[in-house]
Amino acid sequence: MILNGDDNGVAPRQMGSLQRRLHLDGVLLGALVLIAGLGLVVLYSAFGANMEAVQRQLTRLAVAFAAMLVVAQLSPQALRRWAPWLYIVGLAMLVAVVFFGVSGGGAQRWLNLGVARFQPSELMKVALPMMLAYFLADGALPPRWRRLGLSVVMIAVPAALIGQQPDLGTAVIVAASGFFVLFLAGLPWRLLIGTAIAAGPAAAVLWFYFMHDYQRQRVLTFLNPERDPLGAGYHIIQSKIAIGSGGVYGKGFLNGTQAQLEFLPERHTDFIFAVLSEEFGLVGVGVLLCLYAVVVARGAFIAARAQDTFSRLLAGSIAMTFFVYVFVNVGMVTGLLPVVGLPLPLVSYGGTFVVTMMIGFGMLMSIHTHRRLWTS
Amino acid sequence: MAPHSIIKDRFRENRILQSRIIIALAVMTLLLMLLLARMTYLQVYGYQHYSHLSQQNRVRLAPAPPTRGLIYDRNGVLLAENRPAFRLVVTPEQVPDLDETLKRLEGLVTLRETDLERFHESVGHSRRFQEIPLKLQLTDEEVARLAVNRHRFPGVEVKAHLMRHYPFGDLTSHLVGYVGRIDKNELRRVDAANYRGTSHFGKTGIERHYEQTLHGQAGVERLETNARGRILRSLSREAPVPGKDLYLTVDIGLQRVADEALGEEAGAVVALDPGTGEVLALVSKPTFDPNQFVNGISIDAYRALRSAPFQPLFNRVLRGQYPPGSTIKPFIALAGLETNTITPEKSVFCPGYYRLPNDNHRYRCWKRVGHGPLDLKQAIAQSCDVYFYDLAYNTGIKAINETLAPFGFGRPTGIDMPGELPGVLPSKEWKRRAKGESWYHGETVITGIGQGFFLTTPLQLAQATADLARSGTRIQPHLLDRMGTSAGTEPVAREPKTPIQIKREADWELIRDTMVEVVHGKRGTARSIAPEDYRIAGKTGTAQVFGLPKDEEEQLDEEELERKLRDHALFLAFAPAEDPQIAVAVVVEHGGSGSATAAPVTKTVIDAYLRGGNRDDS
Repeated sequence: MILNGDDNGVAPRQMGSLQRRLHLDGVLLGALVLIAGLGLVVLYSAFGANMEAVQRQLTRLAVAFAAMLVVAQLSPQALRRWAPWLYIVGLAMLVAVVFFGVSGGGAQRWLNLGVARFQPSELMKVALPMMLAYFLADGALPPRWRRLGLSVVMIAVPAALIGQQPDLGTAVIVAASGFFVLFLAGLPWRLLIGTAIAAGPAAAVLWFYFMHDYQRQRVLTFLNPERDPLGAGYHIIQSKIAIGSGGVYGKGFLNGTQAQLEFLPERHTDFIFAVLSEEFGLVGVGVLLCLYAVVVARGAFIAARAQDTFSRLLAGSIAMTFFVYVFVNVGMVTGLLPVVGLPLPLVSYGGTFVVTMMIGFGMLMSIHTHRRLWTS
Repeated sequence: MAPHSIIKDRFRENRILQSRIIIALAVMTLLLMLLLARMTYLQVYGYQHYSHLSQQNRVRLAPAPPTRGLIYDRNGVLLAENRPAFRLVVTPEQVPDLDETLKRLEGLVTLRETDLERFHESVGHSRRFQEIPLKLQLTDEEVARLAVNRHRFPGVEVKAHLMRHYPFGDLTSHLVGYVGRIDKNELRRVDAANYRGTSHFGKTGIERHYEQTLHGQAGVERLETNARGRILRSLSREAPVPGKDLYLTVDIGLQRVADEALGEEAGAVVALDPGTGEVLALVSKPTFDPNQFVNGISIDAYRALRSAPFQPLFNRVLRGQYPPGSTIKPFIALAGLETNTITPEKSVFCPGYYRLPNDNHRYRCWKRVGHGPLDLKQAIAQSCDVYFYDLAYNTGIKAINETLAPFGFGRPTGIDMPGELPGVLPSKEWKRRAKGESWYHGETVITGIGQGFFLTTPLQLAQATADLARSGTRIQPHLLDRMGTSAGTEPVAREPKTPIQIKREADWELIRDTMVEVVHGKRGTARSIAPEDYRIAGKTGTAQVFGLPKDEEEQLDEEELERKLRDHALFLAFAPAEDPQIAVAVVVEHGGSGSATAAPVTKTVIDAYLRGGNRDDS
């Protein structure tokens, strides 16, 4: 029997009951709203005190939160039922992109649906973890070889289709979200370690036999940005100056010289973290990272408390994927990781991926607020 | 399964999941600590250092793009140059009243709606002291008018830059190609570090194929700025290395002769030096002005080009796939000699049609009343279809394919130009692969006269003609002769290809004689072009046009429709027959018969080359 939150007769408090009625999780929602708010403040500065851009981003955030609210109303059982269909539709659309896709900005990522252009890789970010959670929860855990093999195919096919568009960043994220489901489901350690060891020789073969010269140059620049002092290298040098010169307390709102004088490239998208670091210092950074930690921890908590395997796997994967965004973006801006074009969640300027991400959080809320009565 | 084991599984699953979540949390916590440690390192330990750098941050790096290499013909005539051009830039900070200034400027220069839109957009995104382009290409008159009125427009400047220009315009559009604004897809194909600051990229032709060579190596300029970011002076400059100049094998004079010989017809002319593989002329018509693509063609102009009759943007030499028609007959004859299906003396009677055993279908000869008895020489000279129906049928498609393949039919020639198509050399295997059907005898019959599935590009025909002219010695057809800088040039070495082996060397001579007969024989189909002072070996051809796409048919008026349903005319030739200097292939679309239209074009080109007249070295 499935009962809605408002039927279980607990929580007399007004706020609590409204939350339950809307299937929202207060902790998660609170942290997300705070991050988005801090993001808008930083964005205002990154755009050189431009209110228009902030308003545009506010509209996108509103759409994204609305999408989250809608998804939260669905029951996890419904999500589970839809998982294979979403995956099949997503896969079909990715194949369709190869043949009928619309090119834009040099890559073929969009499908023209008559009314609007749609990017099937965004659907896959949601559909792949759902499908894998559905597939693995269906059998015994940890999965046996056959299931493992099939799971790897389920991850590799969409990841390869997205990678060839080419959209490497998204391909990596999609593959990671699938991998996390496998990991949570009990992927054997020896397989994990074995793959890591095999990756070295595989990369060498790729390098010497399958890559074009220009591709090798791109990899070299990727690993050593200083090779291209006007491009990636310049980004990293300027970004490190911005962060370091921020100090503990920062230069103050709208006072970051690196950001305001436009030494900092991509400052409202991928490198926005450097603007925050410059103007708000280590204190500001600490606050933002703590808020991110709250979101991830809450996601992990929801995963742990979830009542069925599907929900646990899905919730865990969503929380971990979110962490990957944060870690990769901050790692690249601070010069720990090579520069890959991944945005900082809820802070970077941009729309599509925020909506996809909030749909994921909608699922987390759905999982947490649709628990069966007998466990509470 | 007993419920007992399910419960046990559930406990086990829970344990795995819980432990994995805990491991994940632990790893994520560690990584988060790593980030915090990194931030502390940069912001606490590195503070002094970076704070100092930030205050000293007065140096901006600006890319210094290299100058693009020039393109010349074989005699050093300039085919692609970099011309100074002028653009109008506005620095908002120095302009007292922007709207008023723009209004007054409109009296002096024509500003398009799109120019203004782009300008206003840039103003919103840029700092007030930065220059913003208002118009990219000023006419000489506009430059003069602005110069006179300069005092009235503070903050408005005319700036010079280099722009690609093709002095011969539509004469070289299918050969040299053109450059256009670089796009993201192209940036992905090259080393991005080298292309920072480069605005243009080779889109077609030589410009595309030798993009990397023409481009050169970018440099870096270090600029000092004040604390507000205004550029004060240039500190140092790592000079860019300009791209190499290319000298093509083409003779622009001969190119013009070929172009004019083709006149208003749609078609293609390729001329090769059979000894060296050098392309002497490469003409595809109709054509277009490549200069309009350099700074971005307007949507209307592009649409007009796309929908213009006979597709001016289409490079017929490399991408036009035509049935070779009767021009294939010398090669089919060679297949017959190789397999001993025929001897030169063997005579075949042509009653005007051919019938396969046990089949009532009549394959017609172009001459309805028939040629009567013919030997090989006369069969080629008069282009008798019946002779070749019979020959092809008796030789078989397999042997035909084996003899013709070494001449490069059905494969791209590998010329140094992008976008070449392979054509089709039909075979049983090809048909099964491409159509999933089996081969019929009738298809072998019509292959004998170059119809059916057979498709060739004009370039392939020219290559095969050159191979025939040089008794099977083969060399890669190419367009780049030498490259270098103003200091000197170096030739580009070409390796010869595997030569074609035939059983009797004398057969080369035999085939060439039959082709001389085409032009110089009493009954040769191209006898009208025979020159008196040297001998041409050639072969006429006609390729049937079966029909047009329905929508195209409806658009055309009756006269145009009639023209479009006419057959394509082909001619291939080399000369002098004894010591070939030039090999030519000509296709005239809807030209009717090869002898009437394509042969005279070929003759004009050969004449101009061998007599050295009509050279245009300006």
